[in-house]
Amino acid sequence: MKNFKINHRESSGLDVLDLHGELDAHTASQLEESLKTLISSNKSNIIVNCSKLEYIASAGLGVFMAYIEDVRSSGGDIKLTNMNERVYNVFDLLGFPTLYDILDDEREAIDRFSNEN
Amino acid sequence: MNKTATYRITVSASTEKLSEVREFVALHARKQGFSSKQVSDLQLAVDEAYTNIIKHAYQNNSDESVEINLSFDPDKLCISLFDYGNSFEPESYNLPDIRKKIKEKKRGGMGVYLIHQLMDSVSYHQNPDKNEIRLCKKRNETV
Repeated sequence: MKNFKINHRESSGLDVLDLHGELDAHTASQLEESLKTLISSNKSNIIVNCSKLEYIASAGLGVFMAYIEDVRSSGGDIKLTNMNERVYNVFDLLGFPTLYDILDDEREAIDRFSNEN
Repeated sequence: MNKTATYRITVSASTEKLSEVREFVALHARKQGFSSKQVSDLQLAVDEAYTNIIKHAYQNNSDESVEINLSFDPDKLCISLFDYGNSFEPESYNLPDIRKKIKEKKRGGMGVYLIHQLMDSVSYHQNPDKNEIRLCKKRNETV
């Protein structure tokens, strides 16, 4: 049974990944593939919308850690949005809010990208 | 609600089983009256412990197995995970330096810290034939 999936779409010229379901050590490879595909096509302004993400374990956070430097070094960023409280709590416990842009709404991420570029 | 009860499952050492393990923990903890926040904490702690066993005790060999035991008593739930692989005990329970890991493109090493944040007590026991990590959480959340 698949308990995780990712949809890719474009919004205001930015790439948005919508995460659905449960992100753990088993499903993290799917996120990794999606990010790698974007990065290899020189896409570096990436929004990860977590509104349908129900669960995350540290293996999921590890994927964001592995690719953020590549994206930032090419002038972009990965911004995370629309997390539920349960998911945000895991990022918060590990101190991610000081290292990553974690925003309440996708719209804020779009605005922030347009101000940065 | 039975305040004292024990439940057990044995699963193969594969990340494919993570969702089943989380559901097993949640099902019984909910029935025993743990809050949804507590159930989330329990699921994540067991997920991290089980993932570490797969990686470190068994080096991702899914032919191996992990036994998970839930033991409810009037005050708390203790979850034991047993494996028959290489014993390991983490060196540090401190908050990992995420900024440094990002710079070095390293990941991992976060699970142990999370487990300690989420549970009231964590202990490691090395028996001659198997290793145990025991995670306990009180029924009443301390304020």
